[in-house]
Amino acid sequence: MTVWEAAPRRRRARRRHLSRGDRVVLTLMAGVPLLLTLSFVWVPALLSIVLSFSSWPGIGGVSSIKWVGLQNYHTIFTIYPQFYPALEHNLIWLAVFFALPAPAGLFLAVQLDKQIRFSRIYQSVLFLPVVLSLALIGFMTELIFSPTQGLLNNLTGHAGQNDMIDWLGNPHLNIWAVLLMACWRQTGYVMIMYLAGLKSVDPSLKEAAALDGAGQWQTFRHVVWPALRPINVVVLVITVIESLRAFDIVYVINQGTNGLELLSVLVTDNIVGEASRIGFGSALATILLLISMAFIVPYLISTFRKDGQE
Amino acid sequence: MTTISTVRPTTDNPTHRPDHRPPRIGRLGLHAFLIGTSVIWLAPLAYALFTALRPYADTEKYGYVSLGGHFGFGNFTTAWTQADLPLYFWNSVIITVPALILTLLLASMVAFVVSRYRFRINIALLMVFTAGNLLPQQAIITPLYKMYQLIPLPMWLSDSGKMDDSYLGLILIHVAFQTGFCAFVLANYMRTIPTELSEAAMVDGASAWRQYWQIIMPLCRPVLAALATLEFTWIYNDFFWATVLMQTGDKRPITAALNNLSGEFFVNNNLISAAALIVAVPTLVVFFLLQKQFVSGLTLGANKG
Repeated sequence: MTVWEAAPRRRRARRRHLSRGDRVVLTLMAGVPLLLTLSFVWVPALLSIVLSFSSWPGIGGVSSIKWVGLQNYHTIFTIYPQFYPALEHNLIWLAVFFALPAPAGLFLAVQLDKQIRFSRIYQSVLFLPVVLSLALIGFMTELIFSPTQGLLNNLTGHAGQNDMIDWLGNPHLNIWAVLLMACWRQTGYVMIMYLAGLKSVDPSLKEAAALDGAGQWQTFRHVVWPALRPINVVVLVITVIESLRAFDIVYVINQGTNGLELLSVLVTDNIVGEASRIGFGSALATILLLISMAFIVPYLISTFRKDGQE
Repeated sequence: MTTISTVRPTTDNPTHRPDHRPPRIGRLGLHAFLIGTSVIWLAPLAYALFTALRPYADTEKYGYVSLGGHFGFGNFTTAWTQADLPLYFWNSVIITVPALILTLLLASMVAFVVSRYRFRINIALLMVFTAGNLLPQQAIITPLYKMYQLIPLPMWLSDSGKMDDSYLGLILIHVAFQTGFCAFVLANYMRTIPTELSEAAMVDGASAWRQYWQIIMPLCRPVLAALATLEFTWIYNDFFWATVLMQTGDKRPITAALNNLSGEFFVNNNLISAAALIVAVPTLVVFFLLQKQFVSGLTLGANKG
């Protein structure tokens, strides 16, 4: 805990003022939360990696751990039937989140940023689903897509015995029904991010562009879009993170089976229930961890690099 | 500011002088579009409410898309009493309130140390917290679940005798996980408070703790309010931690408990709609009353990107 050498004199002066008591207090203030985060987030993350090379039924103490090398990974990539469907669904989730809520959120934000009446009301309505939990949205998905009682089949006359469309039971259909509802929530989230970003766009720039005869699209393309760069990064990150975290909605509908498999569900399946396979679950978790780190690390580096230069 | 070069002013042509507002027709079209979108957006909630207001028997008889039969709050009262919703709400309170207070307290301490003092490890420290918050929960659950089963707790803290299946276990994982986001936002905010303020306090002999508690924290009140609103929704809405780390159904917070209830009531969608809407009430109330704080909390984290 030494002061930066390059720190200006003023900061050096402060160092002298830091009494012994202050040092203890500051260390505790940072240390206690750090200890908590390390032990409940980072240690488990590391243990995921370590345990992924083991076989541990979870019954019995730590002594019952057997080290099996890469066997768990081998099993996952060769004979674990749910793995590729889950991976595929996660990728579909990611692709759909990029294709629908991200541009739709941006589009809605741009529309609401024009000085129109009732803008706040529209904003509130579009943002409303974001405060609902994904688990609750899972229940609403059932209300809408359930084959006999659901809104959609009753509205289109497909709720009868013969012409029933089993939206949630058909493994080729259910992922799309779920994604539609997930997008419903995600769009509002993205919209708010962009609205905040648009507020920081200098209005005089837009006026200058308009004076030049730039159309709406040209103004957007050359003035607004470049200014939104930092927000684009944030939207990219929340899109990826939310896609990888997706869990509640499919778990509520059918425990993430029969067409709704996701990596997050496979991890959970291996620890809850009778047969807990800690090593195997950890290997799946490690795969999830590696995918997410591939996005988190570049984001953090770009975010904190500016701080370092200050 | 690279944009300026691409919109270099040219001759001021009066015929090009634009109307800053789109033409009337365009504006009407925009409103029509936004109204349409809003109606679609509200439809799922409106339909849930519509279903919840009708008895199951009536919907069976007349069909789900119909106006026949009675309307009333029967499903709501049945869900409230039969499904033990007060019990689950109380569980949510026991978990959410301490988790929220601890998260804000610890995050503000980290933010204070990191943003008001310069140490070699400042940025690294903040990164540990921020990155932790970005991990998918499922990436750490397997070892965590095992750890929880192995860590003993005194009986007065956990009637299972273990971290597993205890309120404390859930509170701590929420705190550990959410501190990252709050610390990131608070550190960015505290950095904007002038250093002169701390220097003046130091000249007066204020200790580090006094500066934190009596000078910086009062100035952070608006951000703390925003974060409290946001974190309340996130912690209250948690489904995953509670489902995995709380095996006893009766001890689960309400969002996770609803899943068991849907098994119990199975085909009675009307009752489930009512229960789901009751569960959504706290977050909806927070949203409508504290919308400004909610949104600013989210975007405070985003603006510094």
